Amino acid sequence: MDLQTLWFVAVAVLWTGFLLLEGFDFGVAALIPVLGRKPADRHLMLRTIGPLWDGNEVWLVTAVGATFAAFPGWYATWLPAMYLPFVLVLVGLIVRAVAFEWRHSSHDERWDAAWTRVITTGSYIAAGGLGAALGATTLGLPVGEGGVRVGGAFSGWSWPALLGAVAVLAYSVVHGAVFLSLKTDGDLRHRARAFALRWAPLAALPLLAWAGLVWLRSGGVVTAATLVVAVVAVVVTWVRLAAGREGQAFTAWAVVLLASMATVFGAAFPVVLPSTIDPAFDVLVSTASVSDYTLTVMTWVAGFGLPVVLGYQAWTYWVFRKRLTAEPEHAEAAA
Amino acid sequence: MDVLEIARWQFGITTVYHFLMVPLTIGLGLLVAVMHTMWVRTGKAEWLRMTRFWGRIYLINFVLGVATGLVQEFQFGLAWSSYSRFVGDVFGSVLALEALLAFFLESTFLGLWIFGWGRIPKKLHLAALWAAVVGSIISAYFIIAANSWMQHPVGVVLDTSSGEPRARQVDFLAVLTNNTALAAFSHAIVASLMVAGGLLVGIGLWHLRKRSLAGRPTTEVDHQVWRRSVRVGGYVSLAAFMLVALTGDWQGKLMFQQQPLKMSSAEALCTTEAPASFSIFALSKLGSNECDDVRSFTVPYVLSFLANGDFSSPVPGVNDLQEQYSEAYGATYPDDPSFGDKAGEPIDYTPVLAVTYWGFRLMIGMGAVSAGVAAYALWATRRGRVPTSRIGVYGSLLAVGAPFVGNAAGWIFTEMGRQPFVVYPNPDVPRADQVYFFTAQAVSPGISATEVWTSLISLAVLYGVLAVVEFGLIVRFARQGVTDGDTTPTPGIGGGSTHRDDDDPPPRADDDASDDVLQFAY
Ligand code: HDD
Ligand code: HEM
Ligand code: HEM
Repeated sequence: MDLQTLWFVAVAVLWTGFLLLEGFDFGVAALIPVLGRKPADRHLMLRTIGPLWDGNEVWLVTAVGATFAAFPGWYATWLPAMYLPFVLVLVGLIVRAVAFEWRHSSHDERWDAAWTRVITTGSYIAAGGLGAALGATTLGLPVGEGGVRVGGAFSGWSWPALLGAVAVLAYSVVHGAVFLSLKTDGDLRHRARAFALRWAPLAALPLLAWAGLVWLRSGGVVTAATLVVAVVAVVVTWVRLAAGREGQAFTAWAVVLLASMATVFGAAFPVVLPSTIDPAFDVLVSTASVSDYTLTVMTWVAGFGLPVVLGYQAWTYWVFRKRLTAEPEHAEAAA
Repeated sequence: MDVLEIARWQFGITTVYHFLMVPLTIGLGLLVAVMHTMWVRTGKAEWLRMTRFWGRIYLINFVLGVATGLVQEFQFGLAWSSYSRFVGDVFGSVLALEALLAFFLESTFLGLWIFGWGRIPKKLHLAALWAAVVGSIISAYFIIAANSWMQHPVGVVLDTSSGEPRARQVDFLAVLTNNTALAAFSHAIVASLMVAGGLLVGIGLWHLRKRSLAGRPTTEVDHQVWRRSVRVGGYVSLAAFMLVALTGDWQGKLMFQQQPLKMSSAEALCTTEAPASFSIFALSKLGSNECDDVRSFTVPYVLSFLANGDFSSPVPGVNDLQEQYSEAYGATYPDDPSFGDKAGEPIDYTPVLAVTYWGFRLMIGMGAVSAGVAAYALWATRRGRVPTSRIGVYGSLLAVGAPFVGNAAGWIFTEMGRQPFVVYPNPDVPRADQVYFFTAQAVSPGISATEVWTSLISLAVLYGVLAVVEFGLIVRFARQGVTDGDTTPTPGIGGGSTHRDDDDPPPRADDDASDDVLQFAY
């Protein structure tokens, strides 16, 4: 594999890793109005993601950074073409981040409820917006000569963007529900599982449709296989949920995303941003990439750095692996 | 305003705002890590309470730093895509490595620190905080290396093979060991310590006075908490000010070689002088950016020393340099669509004199104010004394803002002083091979003024609201001081969450304090 391909894979893995990890914290936050009936439930839901969301968000920072680092031609075409959606995402992420913090700064229930709502809204906006951006960069944006957007501010707000937005949102919501069923206990656990059981098949559809469309455009044998894996994983998720095996269901639902994104990125390769104006303006891995020297440097640094990062992230997940219950945290100290 | 101007305002506003949190994160992070270390080593209650109190402020601030940092990451692509294409080969990799090597470290280990109280072994818990702090410092290093590369591009060649000129990286180590970066990094780190030191002094003095007026005994632990804070903060501030001057001097000497026009503009020095004198105060015709309209009050010889370390070197004046630059880089922008409205217009190589001149003085002046306050605080608390002077204490509280202003002024000076270039030509490289880029050609083509207005206004309004709430929260929390919750030797056993295995006996119910730990966390 040449370095450009390697880095295309790395960037695809980072975006997918972001969707997988931040997906469940987006999903849990999005589910608060649905599953969080009592304040205690809502607190519990937020506590499941409290220690994790910030670390998950770094996957986004790294995905964007790596896109810029390896493929500035992609970064510099994609972001300005979707200027307003990205700004919306930023606003969503900012209010969400501060709401996590501020929620706790007063004992007033209304204050708490208001910021909880902000977390939910911010999560919807960010998940939808990033889904739209990813949908658009794999299905097509109206870019012309020199990667410049044609048709004004809203020309990128098209059906691919909409499909991507719905796909990521729907996937994340069920992902959040499965995560909750895995991380909590009692009533909430059961309601979360019931929710996932009911919605998983439907929620997978837009994601599969997105992968299918990219495959139709430029897929091959391998990506056909990954697409089949994604479909099978949906079935497995549902069966395992029905059997009450949340751990296995969580894994299977993760495979749904991994296989779908493998299809999306795999089939799109070597195009990183297809132009809907003329294929001559497609942004390609080869034209968007940095020099081999820079790729070599980054490969060395990442080769040493990445295992360490993955190691300590996995370790913190391990430290915080236990189930949470609605009982207050001092219980253990008292016990 | 055209897209270029709006985008510049946007970048300036959002970055300066981000840099209000950044130095506090770096400086206070270091100090809290030291406090925590002291607690682990001595087991003294005051160190624990200090860790908890200042740690909370550190965290409140940290979140906003993260939130506003995200905007930075996207901005280069959104509004400055031509710039991103041009510098991508060197700039992007530094940014990505920062995320990989620093941000993961910061966020993961800070999470562990927050939720690990009483849950993981004490020493490991302390190590988690140190890891996060080291992460912040690494992050600062990378981002400053990226910025310094724009000030002084090294390790690159000009690549015109694809038709469009591009910077192509040939020496990554040169980029990381850029002398500009080493100087700026050390300067920014010690400037961050000034921010943290000033905060400890201001809030500490205020609490000491309040307790003293309320007649609280000085034997209580809380008295020690505030006293220690003032003493630590005072010493840190003073030491940092000395280091800031030393490293700043180093930067000044580099600036003289690398960006002589910035140096002369900072001094409003119009014509070449040998020996050159340092300006203390200047008056100029309002709204004029003509150097000759400036009347300056000066001290002889000093500028030669700042620039070159002796008392005789000539320092070139703005007028002469402006001419030299026009000759080298053109009197007008090329008549090319990539320059937008600026195509064919004359180029002004002189940055806005009022900004560079006063920015430089404000930076140094604010640092001096802060150092003065630190000296006062150390004096007023000598040998167990408690200051009750209203002016002294409230003055110190006010001076908490000074290093923040100093930092902002320093950056505004640095960044506006390199105009009209976004990547400044490196004078050590032969003219034909120089890698440089005008700000006028950096902005994204194809985005509309309405779009940039939309983002500028939404971000500015959002940042404004955040500033108000954030400031209110910090003030409220700081007034509250240390609370009883901070006295437990192992605060918040159970961390942010109760965990139990399925086969554990169900935990006993207990209410209230349930959010205590999270209270600390967020
Ligand atoms: C001198 C240091 C310094 C400077 C000049 C900047 N930053 Fe920063 N940045 C930090 C030092 C820092 C930090 C102290 O490391 C922060 C504060 C809170 C945090 O998480 O890290 C941070 C946060 C932070 C984050 C969020 C990280 C996270 O999610 O954990 C991003 C994406 C950036 N920064 C990116 C930038 C960019 C693109 C800048 C260039 C304009 C920039 N920062 C200027
Ligand atoms: C360390 C990384 C930084 C990078 C890579 C960076 C890069 C840039 C870029 C690309 C621009 C827009 C183009 C221009 O106007 O020249 C800019 C402008 C600006 N930056 Fe920075 N910057 C950095 C740090 C900072 C910091 C920390 C501050 C202030 C706290 C700052 C203050 C400004 C200001 C005020 C402008 C507007 C200047 C003008 O347009 O005249 N910068 N910077
Ligand atoms: C006491 C003497 C000081 C001197 C001689 C000095 C010198 C300088 C110089 C020459 C620069 C510009 C570097 C460039 O253009 O690349 C600079 C930048 C800066 N200064 Fe200072 N400075 C001093 C004090 C301070 C203080 C007190 C603070 C803050 C509390 C501060 C914060 C900054 C910051 C944040 C920057 C921009 C970032 C950087 O390049 O590191 N400085 N300083």
